[in-house]
Amino acid sequence: MFGKLDWSAIPLSQPLPLITSFVLILIVIGLLILITVKKWWPYLWHEWITSVDHKRIGVMYCLLGVLMLIRGFADAIMMRTQQAAAINAAGYLTPEHYNQIFTAHGTIMILFGAMPLVLGFMNYLVPLQLGVRDVAFPTFNSVGFWLTASGALLVNVSLFIGEFARTGWLPYPPLSETAYTPGVGVDYYLWAVQISGIGTLITGINIVTTILKMRCPGMSYLRMPVFCWTALASCLLIVATFPILTAALAMLTLDRYVDWNYFTNTAGGNPMMFVNLVWAWGHPEVYILVLPAFGIFSEIFSTFSGKPLFGYRSMVAATLFICIVSMLVWLHHFFTMGAGAAVNTFFGISSSIIAVGTGVKIYNWIFTMYGGRVRFEVPMLWSLGFIFTFIIGGLTGVLLAVPPADFLTHNSMFLVAHFHNVIVGGVVFAVFAGLEYWFPKVFGFELHRAWGKAAFWFAFVGFWVTFAPLYVLGLLGMTRRLQHINIPEWGPWLYVSVAGVGILILGVISQVMQLVVSIRDRHKLRDVTGDPWDGRSLEWATPSPPPFFNFAVMPNVEGEEAYWGIKLRAVETQQLAPEPRYEPIEMPLHSGVGFFTAFFTSVFGFAMVWHIWWLASLALVLAIAGFVVFAWRDKHEFEVPVEEVARVDRARRLAREAALARLSEQGALP
Amino acid sequence: MSFRGLPASLEAIRRVREDPHRLGHRAHAPGEPIEGAGHGTTGPASKRILVGYGFWIFLLSDIVIFSCFFAAFAVQKHATAGGPTMSDLVEIDRLAWQTAALLLSSYMCMLGFAATQVRNRLWTQVFLAITGLLGLAFLLLEIQEFVDLAERGFTPQRSGMLTAFFGLVGLHGLHVAVGGLWLATMMAQVQVKGFRREIVHRLICFNLFWHALDIVWIGIFTIVYLIPSRP
Repeated sequence: MFGKLDWSAIPLSQPLPLITSFVLILIVIGLLILITVKKWWPYLWHEWITSVDHKRIGVMYCLLGVLMLIRGFADAIMMRTQQAAAINAAGYLTPEHYNQIFTAHGTIMILFGAMPLVLGFMNYLVPLQLGVRDVAFPTFNSVGFWLTASGALLVNVSLFIGEFARTGWLPYPPLSETAYTPGVGVDYYLWAVQISGIGTLITGINIVTTILKMRCPGMSYLRMPVFCWTALASCLLIVATFPILTAALAMLTLDRYVDWNYFTNTAGGNPMMFVNLVWAWGHPEVYILVLPAFGIFSEIFSTFSGKPLFGYRSMVAATLFICIVSMLVWLHHFFTMGAGAAVNTFFGISSSIIAVGTGVKIYNWIFTMYGGRVRFEVPMLWSLGFIFTFIIGGLTGVLLAVPPADFLTHNSMFLVAHFHNVIVGGVVFAVFAGLEYWFPKVFGFELHRAWGKAAFWFAFVGFWVTFAPLYVLGLLGMTRRLQHINIPEWGPWLYVSVAGVGILILGVISQVMQLVVSIRDRHKLRDVTGDPWDGRSLEWATPSPPPFFNFAVMPNVEGEEAYWGIKLRAVETQQLAPEPRYEPIEMPLHSGVGFFTAFFTSVFGFAMVWHIWWLASLALVLAIAGFVVFAWRDKHEFEVPVEEVARVDRARRLAREAALARLSEQGALP
Repeated sequence: MSFRGLPASLEAIRRVREDPHRLGHRAHAPGEPIEGAGHGTTGPASKRILVGYGFWIFLLSDIVIFSCFFAAFAVQKHATAGGPTMSDLVEIDRLAWQTAALLLSSYMCMLGFAATQVRNRLWTQVFLAITGLLGLAFLLLEIQEFVDLAERGFTPQRSGMLTAFFGLVGLHGLHVAVGGLWLATMMAQVQVKGFRREIVHRLICFNLFWHALDIVWIGIFTIVYLIPSRP
């Protein structure tokens, strides 16, 4: 009846996960009670859960990502402290538990932390920057988000019921085959990643179509903000490579569930085929994450230097160059496979060449600041911290791209330090820079600056104190994923690293404090103009927060930096453009199909993990039935009456006129 | 070109006239872009173009999945583990019938869409039904093949080569089966709701999907069956 599921799945003998589970379950129950008592359900259901508004979905993506970042950070704290505590000692984590923790850390940070954040930014910003009212397929957007959330749910369920994989964040066979890992950990991994991967693919298709086919009049390719270019490149990579992950995981699933022989080490299976396939996705994946991060930095450098981005066209070219070359470097993850001198040489050279594209970008950002009036606001601090951190990370990457050097550092702590150097320094810094930068746009009030600066400095210093010792440890010969350590000379470096984690914790606390203080002072910090940073792209042309239809009248773009042009004209003529003729707007109706489908997909994944076949079949049928019922719907859109459109837009115009008057009073006009 | 039965809105007629091949601009002329084609100067594309375009991108990603299974077959086709080789598996007669059924179904599918273009519900349904039946015939032949192989002991568990073979051919079969369910749903929708805008869009997507499966089958037919079974 319940497949492999019985009471032994609850980790009663392991206090750590058990207590965590209890606390989490209590928090969730408390939240549910709070929502019920406060009668927030109708609001949540109508405004968020069933929303197909790209902005709401973007916010939910970011929320999911931040929650998962915290979960992944908790794993990181355990890993660092375990290694520091386990020098010629047992430490406090059993090997089985430790292995689950580093697997969960990698999986969660990349797939359920960084990915939702990056997708959230793209969702929120791309339609606004392109001057349109939504993405190409709003309902599918909701489906994509909820499938990602469904995958995240499955990973976290594995904490309470059963176990997670102990194989590392990419489950290499033959270790991940049933013969060597018979438990449910790898199955949880497979279904969670498979389900969220489908969600990501849907979002990728959606954003590619939006960017290529849905831009406001006049928004030709070379007028798009660089963030849109990087989102396009990133989503092209999603469309081209997430199917490879889907295929590789499907093959591993077949091996595990029905004893096929794709990756077994018997009967003609080929484990290295998995490693090749999974890295053919895995390497582009890091560029899927970091390209939008580059886009975020481009927007920030240009805004806070008060200048157009230096070398816009070379930035676009470098983005597309990276997009293509990122698919030609995957073998550098396993030079030690022994593919031979010629193959290793090719991939060594291609891996080094990709640094050229990134170098172009770094110089462009530096030249953007050159001669500009640089404002050191919080987003700019993160961006400057990024340049410093990312260059070091990139240079150690070039070292690793040289096959003979890689043979010495393969799977060492040097590698661990390198990829944290680029992913934390590149993606996580970008996420925080972006959150600080666009927060006023999204929620209508600014964030407290002093706490933001404290958060940056703690995070920046903490990062370096944590990871610089890992480079040294790698060169001293320490390999990654060690559950305990019997070389006392490594001790001091591991202790320094733990101290760095302590500083990072201060950074997290400051970040939370910033949010709390800003929400408390939200009336004082309110952004009335909709353009708090003196922005240059079209999202700043809307009020903060933007109305659900984004633009009352679709903007007509007449040059690069669409909003800057509009603003300059208003300042020169001392008035806004004449009031347009308002027309009613067609907007998509809300739909519960995404939530419905994802709910049953979660049940399906859970049932497959525990081999509850009847439940899996039932859930799959219901998930598909949701789509058919949705397809039967007669009405897909509703009309926003012209009075409503006019009312919202006139309020915006009033705020802009007031801002313009303030500017001329201050004598800031030419 | 006759205008009888074309979409009723003048806008659509204008677009088809100006841009018969859906190029987004006038054929053989640099001229000004067409509204609704999604090019930067004219604003967002029409819903029809968005749907078709998005579905094309989905199909490309689906073809990437197939290409992984093709790659696995290429890697493992000699990994027979002492079991049967490809030439022990192939039965050319059944293969010919399968191919004929699938290619003919694609042709019927196209005729069905031609009927949709002139908004003829009866012929649309007739051709869609024939498409589905031919697809079903293809699937039955494939199931018969798999059962035959299993009876001879040639199961995917036997060797890496058989795993890759069943995986690739089975994946294509799964797509045909899913396409069949989709087709049944579409026939029901056409019957109940007629040729509404979104239903025509879904028929366009279904056509693309069904033709793509044909193209993949050509690849399987050649790379999996014909080349490795040469004596």
